[in-house]
Amino acid sequence: MILLQVVVSGLLMGAVYALFSSGLTLIWGMMNVVNFAHGDFVMLAMYAAFYAFTLWHLGPIFFVPGAAALLFVLGVVVYLGLVRHVARGPMLAQILGTFGLALVLRYSAFWAFSANFVSLPENLVGGTIDISGIRIEASKLLGGAVALVITLGMHLVLTRTMLGSRVLAVAEDRNAAMLMGIRPDRMQALAWGVGAATTGIAGALIALFFYISPTVGESLSLIAFVVVCLGGFGSVPGALVAGLAIGVIQALSAYLIGAVYQDVLVYSLFLAVLWVRPQGLLGKL
Amino acid sequence: MNINRIATIAGLLIIALWPLVVHDVFYQRVGALVLLAAISASAWNLIGGYGGQVSVGHVVYFGAGAYASLIVFTRWGWPPLAGAPIGVAVSLALAALVGTPTFRLRGHYFSMATIAAAELVRILASNWDVTGAAVGLMGPPVPRSVWDFSFTSPVPYHYLFLAVLLLLLWLTWLMQRSKMGFYLAAIRGGDRAARSLGVPVLRYKLYALLLSASFTSLAGTLYAVMVGFVDPESGLGILLSVKMVIIAALGGAGTLFGPLVGAVILVPLEEATNAMFGGGGTGITFIVYGAIILFVARFQPGGMAVIWRALTSRRKNRAA
Repeated sequence: MILLQVVVSGLLMGAVYALFSSGLTLIWGMMNVVNFAHGDFVMLAMYAAFYAFTLWHLGPIFFVPGAAALLFVLGVVVYLGLVRHVARGPMLAQILGTFGLALVLRYSAFWAFSANFVSLPENLVGGTIDISGIRIEASKLLGGAVALVITLGMHLVLTRTMLGSRVLAVAEDRNAAMLMGIRPDRMQALAWGVGAATTGIAGALIALFFYISPTVGESLSLIAFVVVCLGGFGSVPGALVAGLAIGVIQALSAYLIGAVYQDVLVYSLFLAVLWVRPQGLLGKL
Repeated sequence: MNINRIATIAGLLIIALWPLVVHDVFYQRVGALVLLAAISASAWNLIGGYGGQVSVGHVVYFGAGAYASLIVFTRWGWPPLAGAPIGVAVSLALAALVGTPTFRLRGHYFSMATIAAAELVRILASNWDVTGAAVGLMGPPVPRSVWDFSFTSPVPYHYLFLAVLLLLLWLTWLMQRSKMGFYLAAIRGGDRAARSLGVPVLRYKLYALLLSASFTSLAGTLYAVMVGFVDPESGLGILLSVKMVIIAALGGAGTLFGPLVGAVILVPLEEATNAMFGGGGTGITFIVYGAIILFVARFQPGGMAVIWRALTSRRKNRAA
């Protein structure tokens, strides 16, 4: 029974991983640029949620969309100001550009919010729900469910709408898309905005049940890389499956071996997959 | 004599005479730290700059060197410097083991794999008794003999570091002019193109990594000998890897003196912010580091080397 509870809790966390990782996979598939600051975007959204509640007593109904809007703007600004320019440069510049951004965000957060861990009050969205013996915190259930819905929604928008087709067309062949009258720059800015907005939603949701600190983004970035690599680059359904899997693996290894080793297992798996199947488990390069 | 040669000789002279001209211990220490940072950044430059394989996990080799020297001291009472060959051997083994499969990955995937491998090692070392777990390891509290190489003055370290740096730069210079230098330049331009020209890509990436790893490991040993302490953060933290990349990139990745120039700019800046803001300065330092590297990537990915070339060629044109 406890094992089942661990698995469910892992799935809910995994849904949130899937959400912000699908943002990364969108950016990645779109222009083959990795956002090394992706986890730090999530961190910013967590603080946005925290301060929205502590300063103005706003609930999740307000701060989740608020964080999404905030991060959407940040994503577009980062694309226009930085990524658009470094994407044409050498590999080193692409990596250093977003890595530099990650350092600036992370240590500005240190300076602005102090190194102390903070968290939202535990019972912000009710206590614990008991479903036939499995006890789940309501905040986690809400976070996981919303994340799942939004990830699926993103997939539908990408595959079933005109806008989604335009985005995917640019991802597939920039020049051909241009000949079809699509402006690649606009679509890429949009992808960065949407990709960052997923970190906004995910961050605000994780803040409901997770501690908040300036360095939390570091491990979240790595998790996003792992999820994207496992799921295949540019694939939202892949990110969903891989995110859920990583959540469960983490929860199980934390429960069975010890919390210290949960990341050891995830990183080892990541390296093993990169070495054996660089195109990802589900992806077709 | 051309301006490059004059600048090189003048620069090296200043570095060689620095601790004799400056008497304040703080400035002498900064000089030694500049050289130490220059060693690890120059070592990274071999694979990251010349080879174009942006490793963000070089701290693994640095940590191997640092931990090896303090493990041989705590376990067997050897002088820490005696750990150097062990650190190098471990680094070579790690480089061969990790490098061989990782080199098949290109671009970002390579960088991410190196980050994951380094974080893996850091977590394991933080939970292993031999490496002192989260507490870390201490060097000899008082020097037992000259062989412990433990001095209160930074001057002996300055010349030890300078000797290692000159050896590394000399090897780099030789490599740059040899077949290997051209092979690496081809690899940096693109794996596939290099392979189609008949360059044994994997083998030469590995050669460059092995050379790079051994000198990074030496830098780790030298750090441990000077500071006499290492823990997971100071020996295996991801920020150390990032620093090597930033220093090399600011000066000019893939150039002989780029990493040294980067260290001359960044290390005093770091020490100054640390001195100004005390313990809280580390945060400010990394904001500054991040901002600098962001601007370098955005406006001049070639680093100071390109700016220098532009400046000197303009002068030549004016003279002509």
